[in-house]
Amino acid sequence: MSAASRIPIGAGGKAVVVPVALVVLAELAIRLTGFRSDSVAPPSEVVVAAIQALTDGSIARATGETLASAFGGLALGGGVGFALGILLGSSAVLDRLLDFSIETIRPVPPIALMPIALMVFGFGARLEIAVVAFAAIWPILILTRAAIAGIDPQLIEVARALRLGFGARVLKIVVPAILPRVFVALRLAAGISIIVAVTVEITVNPVGLGYAIMIAGQSLRPALMLALLVWIGLVGWAVNFLLLAAERSLFGFAQPRARP
Amino acid sequence: MNEPRRLKEFAVAADAAPLIEFRDVGVTLGGQTILAGIDLAIGRGEFVCVIGPSGCGKTTALRLLAGLLRPTTGSVLYRGEALTGPRQNIAVVFQDYARALLPWRTAAGNVALALEALGVPAGERAERARALLERVGLADHARRYPAELSGGMQQRVQIARCLAQNPDVLLMDEPFGALDAMTRQSLQDEVLGIVAATGATVFFVTHDLEEAVYLGDRVIGLRPHPGRIGIEEKVALPRPRDQLTTREQPEFLRLRRTLFDFTKSAKS
Repeated sequence: MSAASRIPIGAGGKAVVVPVALVVLAELAIRLTGFRSDSVAPPSEVVVAAIQALTDGSIARATGETLASAFGGLALGGGVGFALGILLGSSAVLDRLLDFSIETIRPVPPIALMPIALMVFGFGARLEIAVVAFAAIWPILILTRAAIAGIDPQLIEVARALRLGFGARVLKIVVPAILPRVFVALRLAAGISIIVAVTVEITVNPVGLGYAIMIAGQSLRPALMLALLVWIGLVGWAVNFLLLAAERSLFGFAQPRARP
Repeated sequence: MNEPRRLKEFAVAADAAPLIEFRDVGVTLGGQTILAGIDLAIGRGEFVCVIGPSGCGKTTALRLLAGLLRPTTGSVLYRGEALTGPRQNIAVVFQDYARALLPWRTAAGNVALALEALGVPAGERAERARALLERVGLADHARRYPAELSGGMQQRVQIARCLAQNPDVLLMDEPFGALDAMTRQSLQDEVLGIVAATGATVFFVTHDLEEAVYLGDRVIGLRPHPGRIGIEEKVALPRPRDQLTTREQPEFLRLRRTLFDFTKSAKS
């Protein structure tokens, strides 16, 4: 867990060498060649555009809109996925009954639902939340179900020997046992939610970062477009960073600490 | 309880009626006969150790008593009534302590799990969990997580969790098998102390012959394929027992030899 999830910050500065070198190289290349284009801008202009968009509040508003829809959809889809995952993980009969249906619905690209969702919800946050929720259900459902299958049977035996009822068993044994793995699923789903939210905004819904980046592109402002692109990357990174930090502080018990 | 029971020769106990009885018990799992024709009576307060080569059905017999498994044939009786499931007054110490504790709960939290299952009010749990941990010498480690405790300490937490049930019967499945010799000996003495203080009846599965003789009032040896009782030896060693002097007594050595010969013959 430690090596794979290490955050590049504080990695001795080595992690930033490549991106910084690339930025400097791009700046130099564009300045020296005098190259002009509608789709590329020198990094210095991107920075200027970013500062401007950050100070006039347009980025903040667009970010708020995108994240609200992304997290709203994540909460809705994640909740449904978690509940379904627990049901299917606890009941072999239900699992067999629903497995085929789930495996047929799951591969449908969320974006393909856009025409239907647009008819049902019209433009706005509800449309975006619905499409994001559809995308967020599956990773949480699949990993919750798998996590339940992976619970040590010994723990279930302990629950039986202590005569815990079904409700207490789910609350005190099953849910805490699967939470660390479900949280990993939540991180995956959070990334997917942001991607889908931005996609919905680019294709249909005229709000948020996706819409802003498309408008910047269409109005031939490559500096702003690239600034937004970098910003979306940073937002995704920050969400993952925060969830990773939460994961560590919540489930730190999973790793044995040094014994005295 | 007023109906006189057929007592087996070795059912030595404080009470006349056995607390636990196996009557012609057989267990078949997946077409394989694990146990066959087990007849056994255990008296109240008796310490019974069960030995035998792996695959002889020791753990299966314990799971029957725990109510985690129903016999295919025959019946297992507790106070004259068939066991239909886990009971509050029968507590199990599982073999693999690392997997039997909840890793997300502290030592105190793991003990409290048993109290929660018993419906003890939330306000009383902390104090009772602390007192139980003190009985197994872990008062200072109540807030530690299992991963922060040594194997011996983890097994003590499990014992404390069982004591929370105030059990009349303690079922122990090779509880000290994975511990080093020193830790094992001190835990053996702790279990003997707890049993002397509570008067609990113990069904103790082990593969360590010396441990069986040292702890038990009676040692039962199982033969495999199918699992059946192959030997019963009463342990006529005085209590309290002592790790040095008890193990030097001729009776101890005689029993060890008898059981050694038995396991050798049971394996082949």
